[in-house]
Amino acid sequence: MTVLDESAESGETPLLEVRHVKKYFPVRRGVLQREVARVHAVDDVSFAIREGETLGLVGESGCGKSTLGRTIVRLLEPTEGEIIFQGTPIQKFGTRKLRPLRREMQMVFQDPYASLNPRKRVGTIVSDPMRIHDIGSRAEQKRRVGEILETVGLSPEHYNRFPHEFSGGQRQRIGIARALALRPKLIVADEPVSALDVSIQSQMLNLLDDLQNELQLTYLFIAHDLGVVRHVSDRIAVMYLGKIVELSPAEELYTRPIMPYTEALLSAVPIPDPDLAEKRERIVLEGDVPSPINPPSGCRFHPRCRYATDVCKEVEPPLVDYGNSHLAACHHPLNVDEATLQRVGVAERHTPADADETALPQDTSGSSNPAVTPTRDTHSS
Amino acid sequence: MAERLLEVNDLNVRFATEDGIVRAVEGISFELERGKVLGIVGESGSGKSVTAMTLMGLTRGVNARFEGEVLYKGKDLLKVSDADMQNYRGNELGMIFQDPMTSLNPVYRIGEQIVEAIQAHEKVDKRTARARTVELLRQVGIPNPETRVDSFPHEFSGGMRQRAMTAIALSCNPSILIADEPTTALDVTIQAQIVELINRLKDDFDSAVIFITHDLGVIAEIADEIIVMYAGRVVERGSKRDIFYDPQMPYTWGLLGSIPRLDRPRPERLHTIEGAPPSLINAPEGCKFRPRCPHAFEKCREEPGLENRVETPGHFDRCWLDVEYKRAHRDETTSPGGTVEAA
Repeated sequence: MTVLDESAESGETPLLEVRHVKKYFPVRRGVLQREVARVHAVDDVSFAIREGETLGLVGESGCGKSTLGRTIVRLLEPTEGEIIFQGTPIQKFGTRKLRPLRREMQMVFQDPYASLNPRKRVGTIVSDPMRIHDIGSRAEQKRRVGEILETVGLSPEHYNRFPHEFSGGQRQRIGIARALALRPKLIVADEPVSALDVSIQSQMLNLLDDLQNELQLTYLFIAHDLGVVRHVSDRIAVMYLGKIVELSPAEELYTRPIMPYTEALLSAVPIPDPDLAEKRERIVLEGDVPSPINPPSGCRFHPRCRYATDVCKEVEPPLVDYGNSHLAACHHPLNVDEATLQRVGVAERHTPADADETALPQDTSGSSNPAVTPTRDTHSS
Repeated sequence: MAERLLEVNDLNVRFATEDGIVRAVEGISFELERGKVLGIVGESGSGKSVTAMTLMGLTRGVNARFEGEVLYKGKDLLKVSDADMQNYRGNELGMIFQDPMTSLNPVYRIGEQIVEAIQAHEKVDKRTARARTVELLRQVGIPNPETRVDSFPHEFSGGMRQRAMTAIALSCNPSILIADEPTTALDVTIQAQIVELINRLKDDFDSAVIFITHDLGVIAEIADEIIVMYAGRVVERGSKRDIFYDPQMPYTWGLLGSIPRLDRPRPERLHTIEGAPPSLINAPEGCKFRPRCPHAFEKCREEPGLENRVETPGHFDRCWLDVEYKRAHRDETTSPGGTVEAA
C-alpha cells in the first residue's frame, strides 16, 4: 500500500472516514468480454470529514472526483478500501443494509435538468424519499414538503408543478430540497452550481451556507471551480488522476500551495481584474490529463510538471504532512521552508529506486515501491 | 487607423413562437476593427448567442424578423441572399461553438471535416486541402498533426476538439472569428490554453475576434472592448478598463460581485442579484433590470437610453442613476468582502 495519512484529526471521531479507497472500472473487449485493462478512477484515497465541516474536492474533468463522491454515498462499490461512516464500515453493505444509511447521506447532482424526473410533480419528487422510508403519514409528509420548499427558497404552492416549469436555479433548489427531505447528516454535492449562471450561482452558494448553519450539515463539495470551492470550504482536497495530491485548510491552499499542480491550477484561474491579470505570472500547463487506464509512473503529474526530475518518473511521492494539517504529495514541494523540509524528511526519499518496479503502471495494487513506504510520523503537527 | 470590418447598427432580432414574440435582441450596435477583440458578456437568455448567430446568418428562418444593419466591409449581411451568405460564412466570418463534443460529427475523421470545410469554399483538390488541414492543425497546437488528422473526434480530448473546431473556423482565413463560449465546457488549465491560442491566432491571421462568454475573468484577459447584455439589450458598453474599474450599471456591479474571487479576501457572503432574468416575451416596462435592481427608483419605469454619461468617451450605459451616487455606492456590491486588496 502506498502511504497515506489516516487523518486522525484531533482525536474526535470524524463523521466520515475514507481509507485507501480504490475504484477501478474494467475495460472489456472481444466476444468473451475479457477484461483487457482497468480505469484507475480513484486510486488509494484517504481522508476524513468532521461533523459540520465542508470539504472541497477539486480537480480537472476525469480526475475521479465524481467517482469518489459516488463511491462514498455507495452508489458505487469501492474496489478496495474502507468507508467508515459514523464509526461503521459501510463499504460492503448490500442494498438492504444501505437503505437506513441513505437517510444519513444524500447527494445533490450537477445537472438540474437531468436529475429530476420530468413526469413527477415537485411535491412527489421531494416527498418520495419520505414515502420510501415510511416516515410520517401522508398529511405529515405534505406539511414537511411545504416546510422544506420554504427552507430552500421556493414556495409551498409549487407543490403541484412539474420540473419543466422552473428555471435552472429553481430546479437546483428542488434537487436540494429532495436531498434535505430525510434530514441527512452528510450531503455530497457534485458540481451543484456549475450549470448555473453567475448571479444564480451566488444565490445557491449562500443558500447552501445558510442550510449548513441551520441544519448542522456536513458537505463534501465537489467542483472544478477553484473560486467557488474556496468560498464554501473549510478544507480542500486537490485530486489528480485518481489521487489526492494536496489536502489543506482552505485559505492556506491559495496562499501557500505546495504541490506544483495546485500552483498551476491556481494560476490558470482567470481573474476579473485586467491589471492584475496582466501582472500575474501564468503557468500554462502543456497537454492534457493522461489516461487513467495507464497512468504515468512515479508521480502522476510528472509529464506536465515544470519542476519534474528523474526521481518523479520513478518514485511515487507519498502524501506528507507539512504542518497545520497541510498535506501534499510531491518530491519538490513549493513554499516550504528548510526547517519543515528537514522535519518531514522529504529529502531522503529523493533516492531513485529500481526503475523496474514502477515500470508496470497497471499493477497498482502491488507495485508500490519499498522505497516510498518508509514508516514515518505522520502526525508531527 | 485600423480597418473597420464590421458595423452593427440598431440590430433587432425577434422570433415568433407559440407563446408570443420573443424579443431576443433589441437595438444592439457596435463596431469592430481588425486586430481587436470585442467581448460580449451576459447570462443565459441575454441574447448574446443570438447576436453572434445572426451575424453568421444562422438565425434566418420563417419565424425570425430582423431590423437594423449588419455591415460587413460596407455590405449589409441581413440583406444578402442565403446562397451568398454561404460565401461569407467561412470565408469572411468563422465561428467556434461552445460544445466541442456536439459540434463535430462523430462518424467522420477530424481531417475529413476540415477538408470538407475548405473544399466547400475553395476550388482546391483533395491533396492540397489535406496539406492545408495538417498545417492548420499544427497552427492550433495539435501534436503530430500528420497522424492526428486521421483521428475521430472521440479520440480527441475536450481541449483538442476545441482546437480542431478552431482549425475548421480558421480554414478559409476569415477576417472575423466569432467564439461563442469557447472555453465554458473546458477545465481551467485547458481554458487558459485556448484563450492563449485565440489571442495568438488573431495576430497570426490578422483578424478580429468577437468573444462571447459569461465569465468575466476570461473577458478581463482577452477583450479590448466589452459589451454587457441583459434581457436582449446592451446595458453597458466600454473599454475593458471602463467596465472593470468604472462600471456604471448596477447589473454589471452585480455580475462583478457575484463571482467568488481568488484575488480578494473571502467574503462572509457573496453578493446576489435577487430573482431571475425576465422573460423575453413579456419583458418589464422601463429599465429591464428594474425588478432586480436594489437602486431602482421612480424614473426607472421609463427606459433609459444607451448614452455616454461619464467623462470617458466611448463608455455607454443604460442607467438613470447619478454618476456620483453610483461611484459612491457600487463598492458595496462589487467588493462584498470589503476593500480591494492588491494581491
